[in-house]
Amino acid sequence: MHEGDEALNFDPMIPIWAQVADTIQKQIVSGSIHPGDKLPGGRDLALTYSINPNTAARIYQELERKGICITRRGMGTYVTEDGEKIAQLRREMAENAVRSFLEEMSGLGLDWHDAVKMIEEEEDNLAEK
Amino acid sequence: MLKSKDLTKRFGSLVAVDGVTLEMEPGHVYAMLGPNGSGKTTWMKIAAGLMKPTSGTMTFMNEPVGVSSRAQVAYMSTEPYFYAWMTVKDVGQYYADFFRDFSMEKFESNLKTMELEKTMKTKSLSSGMAAKLKIAVTMARDARVYMLDEPFNGIDLLARDEIRACILREATDDKLLILSSHLVEEVEAIADWSVFIRKGKLVEMRDNEEMRQTDHVSVADRYREIYGHMEVQEA
Repeated sequence: MHEGDEALNFDPMIPIWAQVADTIQKQIVSGSIHPGDKLPGGRDLALTYSINPNTAARIYQELERKGICITRRGMGTYVTEDGEKIAQLRREMAENAVRSFLEEMSGLGLDWHDAVKMIEEEEDNLAEK
Repeated sequence: MLKSKDLTKRFGSLVAVDGVTLEMEPGHVYAMLGPNGSGKTTWMKIAAGLMKPTSGTMTFMNEPVGVSSRAQVAYMSTEPYFYAWMTVKDVGQYYADFFRDFSMEKFESNLKTMELEKTMKTKSLSSGMAAKLKIAVTMARDARVYMLDEPFNGIDLLARDEIRACILREATDDKLLILSSHLVEEVEAIADWSVFIRKGKLVEMRDNEEMRQTDHVSVADRYREIYGHMEVQEA
């Protein structure tokens, strides 16, 4: 991978560690990073995302605190092999996505009932294609 | 590590730096922010030991800056400073002769990152390429402090990632990096601290992530808050 390739279009009003941590969590949940995989070192992470190394270190601290990653002394940082933990993370992220979706709908004057109906309609549309 | 105390620099009736007190530590990247003419360059030149303050002190490891600190401070000014006859390779050799901490290996790796060839003549470089060469050669030193004055000036949007990579590679726990810029967006993510300077005075020094988390503002937002009305007045 070329350095800086992953540089996100950060939302500069949200802490950068939170944005990169979110990206990594999505990669874990979606399976593009596997349980037990070794993650890049803090310095490589900083170069990959073009971010300050202290911010990169903070990302792993947070992922460790949540039990998503484990740092083995002198070895590096690894994704947990605990499938339960990853399932739980997926569930949390999905809940957040649903919550923000419903907030968005409510902003349009639609309640969850309308939202469910629209999801079903969309499902039918997709099935027809 | 680098401390400025009540630092003031006057040029005749102009006060370029006005009683600035601050301290910077290794393991961090500081962005010195402010519109042109805020006093960032003057402060850096004093820190680099190239200019004497009118009053106040600038110390590096508790010693006044001077000949001995200069060997440990890699400074890149905004002015171009290569002889026209030099090739890119000559520039490296010139630095190697001048600075004991210069690493030819690092220089070559930086050239690769910056997509510069050793055989290129400095006089035929575009302004953007010359700007990249200045950074490549400065960051090839193994100094304790790196001060880059406006590293993103004249650099094409596409080359800015290369510059960031070159800078970040030196951002280790034992080194102090200072970048001055009026292009705030370019330094938002690579600096962990912002130093806002306004008309020669220190406005504030902020931890960037903490500012985003607690105040929900970006560095660019804070910049606009501090300098916005000033530019309107001047316009």
